[in-house]
Amino acid sequence: MTTVQRPSASRTLFSRDRFENRFFGIARWVVIGLLLIATIFPFYYMGLLSVRGLGDVLNNPGALWVAIGDLSFEAYSRALLPVVDGGEGFLGFMRNSAVLALGTVALTLAVSIPGSYAISRLRFFGRRQISALFLAVYLFPSILLAVPLFVFFTRVGLRGSLIAVLLVYVSQTVAVSIYMLRNYFETIPVSLEEAAALDGASRLGIMRRISLPLAMPAIVANGLFVFMVAWNEFLFALLFLVDDRDRWTVSLGLSQLTGNSIEVPTTVLMAASVITTIPIVIIFFASERLLTEGLTSGAEKG
Amino acid sequence: MTSTITPPDGTGTSPVPSGGPPTRTRRTKPGALRRAEARTGMGLIAPTVIIVIAVVVLPILWSISLAFQRVKLINLRSSSIFGNYVLDNFERVISSPGFVDTLVTTLVYSIFGTAASIAVGLIATLALRRKFRGRGFVRSVMLLPYVAPVVAVTFVWQTMLSPQFGFVNFWGQQLLGWSEPIAFLSDKSSDVSLFGLTIPIPTALITVIAFEAWRQFPFAFLFLTARLQAIPGSLEEAARVDGATLTQRFRYIVWPQLLPTIAVLSVLRFIWTFTSFDDIYLLTGGGAGTEVISVRVYQFLTGRGDIGLASAQALVIAIVLAILVGVYLKFFGKREEDYS
Repeated sequence: MTTVQRPSASRTLFSRDRFENRFFGIARWVVIGLLLIATIFPFYYMGLLSVRGLGDVLNNPGALWVAIGDLSFEAYSRALLPVVDGGEGFLGFMRNSAVLALGTVALTLAVSIPGSYAISRLRFFGRRQISALFLAVYLFPSILLAVPLFVFFTRVGLRGSLIAVLLVYVSQTVAVSIYMLRNYFETIPVSLEEAAALDGASRLGIMRRISLPLAMPAIVANGLFVFMVAWNEFLFALLFLVDDRDRWTVSLGLSQLTGNSIEVPTTVLMAASVITTIPIVIIFFASERLLTEGLTSGAEKG
Repeated sequence: MTSTITPPDGTGTSPVPSGGPPTRTRRTKPGALRRAEARTGMGLIAPTVIIVIAVVVLPILWSISLAFQRVKLINLRSSSIFGNYVLDNFERVISSPGFVDTLVTTLVYSIFGTAASIAVGLIATLALRRKFRGRGFVRSVMLLPYVAPVVAVTFVWQTMLSPQFGFVNFWGQQLLGWSEPIAFLSDKSSDVSLFGLTIPIPTALITVIAFEAWRQFPFAFLFLTARLQAIPGSLEEAARVDGATLTQRFRYIVWPQLLPTIAVLSVLRFIWTFTSFDDIYLLTGGGAGTEVISVRVYQFLTGRGDIGLASAQALVIAIVLAILVGVYLKFFGKREEDYS
């Protein structure tokens, strides 16, 4: 082995390499630090304001912490209590949101599990077209659907009913649900199902006893994802449910009360924001890995 | 069609290899069985298709028909599909005051919002590329802005940026020497003098774009991270041995691999930002020079109760969007193929 000596070239390269490694080695940590602050701080601020007194916030807007003695949870009780007890009724809003979100999860999964199974496993006329239709629905912006759905449900007298909103939510989530589940079904070897078929199991029997249990992690992740979408949804709740305070969801309630925030103190609204956000954060951290895998599987190909 | 699932950290359950193409080959399948399979398939997919057609496809078609009719919420009951079809609504949409401004605002908002969210997402992806203790946690935290309820985070931003008791304005005045609080969300434009030149800065528009970048960068981050993990390490290792520096390896190896993903992300994010309603409606209500088309549709619909006008405006969004995406695909669609 002979080595070719090219001292000048190799030295400049070496020094550039060393400089870049140094520079980006430091820049990397600076970026990570800034990103962490940018993503966490608003949530910290939300929690902070919710436990400070209103006067305290107005007098000292720059404070970044609260002394243990000044902690106050009054904002939470006011946000949660029903209106008749002098509160803002967020407990009721949470119930509405939970009913809607759980209903959406149940209905979406009920139609998307068989649907995605059919798309990934069975050959039938129009399979490809149906896949394309779902992709189009997934991409289709909801504001464009808002007008006709608003008009339709007004006309049939169902605007303001939770059923109407539920139906709209299902239509909004079913496409992405099918996409995620289909990707998962396709990672399950067909040979397992063929073995069961040889043993005389029917198609539905195979689905129930073999495919479903194997796909359970993906189904759970998908259900949680749908729950989060439905819980966070704002536009259709605003269009359909705004007239009747008893039917407000947490998102709608929060937006309506911040609209006239002269009446409701900021600290109470911050407590309401925390209440709105906490279920999502808990679900997200509990299922983060399942969720990110489900959403990005198949995306590696670009 | 087959795909593998790569766990984010390369740990956890090992990916299950796909068992070849999802459907069986034709020759092993007698006709009767195939027909049975097709029947089952259609039966299983039918509920989804019915819901999608009923709540998505039919409403879209109906909305197109409404756009050509004079319909208001008040006279809704007397109208029918066989009403008089006119082009009035489109004339009114285009001639209504602020139409061009709104379109320009929407374009600026979507282009810069898309670019900023993807740029931040890319920076985050690269910064978190190398393993370190707690990287998994940091990655999860990065996704928080994207998953948190939009109503809650817009309210926090409003409060943080409030001129009266907002955190940002307080410290801006204390530390950065701002002479007076900045009304980030209600100031249409403020003049900034720089080297004797006075430049109008659209404060509120910049703020909502910054919010868009903050809330949507995790989406780009998620997909770019997934793509980056699929790049075989041997390529970069070979380049490193050959003396390529960090930036060279990025420029010639990582970047070309990420480009197709960035292209797809650009289209998706552009479509969603162009039509996004929640963020701007909640942050500024469409005031201070931030009125985008979707907020306008909402106002035509609920404020004026003018269904025909709202439908026409929505249709205009769809057409503009289709043209823009079409042009994009025409110019960049070919080039993508070269890279992939």
